[in-house]
Amino acid sequence: MSHERRLRFKTLVMVLLMVVCANLGDLMLKRGMLQIGAVQMTPYGIWLALLSTIHNATIWLGILFLIAFTFCYMTAVSWADYSYVMPAGAFGYALQTLLAVVILHEAVNAQRWFGVILIVVGVLLVGQTHPSTTTPKPAAS
Amino acid sequence: MTRLVLMLVFFICCSTGGEIAMTHGMKQVGEPESFRPVALLRFIGKAISSGWIWFALPLLAASFYSLLILLSWAPLSVVIPASAFNYVVGTFGAKYLLREQVSPKRWMGVIMVCIGVTLVLLT
Repeated sequence: MSHERRLRFKTLVMVLLMVVCANLGDLMLKRGMLQIGAVQMTPYGIWLALLSTIHNATIWLGILFLIAFTFCYMTAVSWADYSYVMPAGAFGYALQTLLAVVILHEAVNAQRWFGVILIVVGVLLVGQTHPSTTTPKPAAS
Repeated sequence: MTRLVLMLVFFICCSTGGEIAMTHGMKQVGEPESFRPVALLRFIGKAISSGWIWFALPLLAASFYSLLILLSWAPLSVVIPASAFNYVVGTFGAKYLLREQVSPKRWMGVIMVCIGVTLVLLT
């Protein structure tokens, strides 16, 4: 496999892992925060929300997924551009919106769907550019 | 609405700043030599000894907590696409701070993402 194809392949794998972990993480966080309720913007309200999040198992599950996302992200940007990896990760918006509709039963109107489609098309354009435009450092040893 | 927009701005600043600092750190660390456990552990060890990573973490922690607050205020299908504005700010950061070459096609993609975000925010 050529260097270019290998670079694209491993970046794609990492981005897909990022998307899955980020989506599951966000979904768990949303479920956890729904269990806790709206945060009051007072010092006591913020402190109370912090304590509630610490004692919520769903929030912790979300955090685990987001740690996995961070690891995948750190690995991907060690060889690819930040301006490539970040937008490529937005492929998850289609999945995110679908999960919000199917699992959380949120209402999503046509305009919002169109916005999500534009985001995805934009990300596809970014995905066609070269993954790395800077000189990467050799493998960590 | 104003409260929501202000929290979004805070979230984007912390998130983008943290990710640019982390990317800079990871570029200095270099990619893992392989995906075997020992190599990955060595890679993580090098990453956590980078000062840039420790500069990025508080910013990312602040963005994480502001995301939690946003999620408690608005539906997931509003908060998550709206946070895509990070891509525009992040692309400027990548171009001028990380010295990445952002081609017209990449910019066009980012602009489409920005329009998509605007549509999502207007609903």
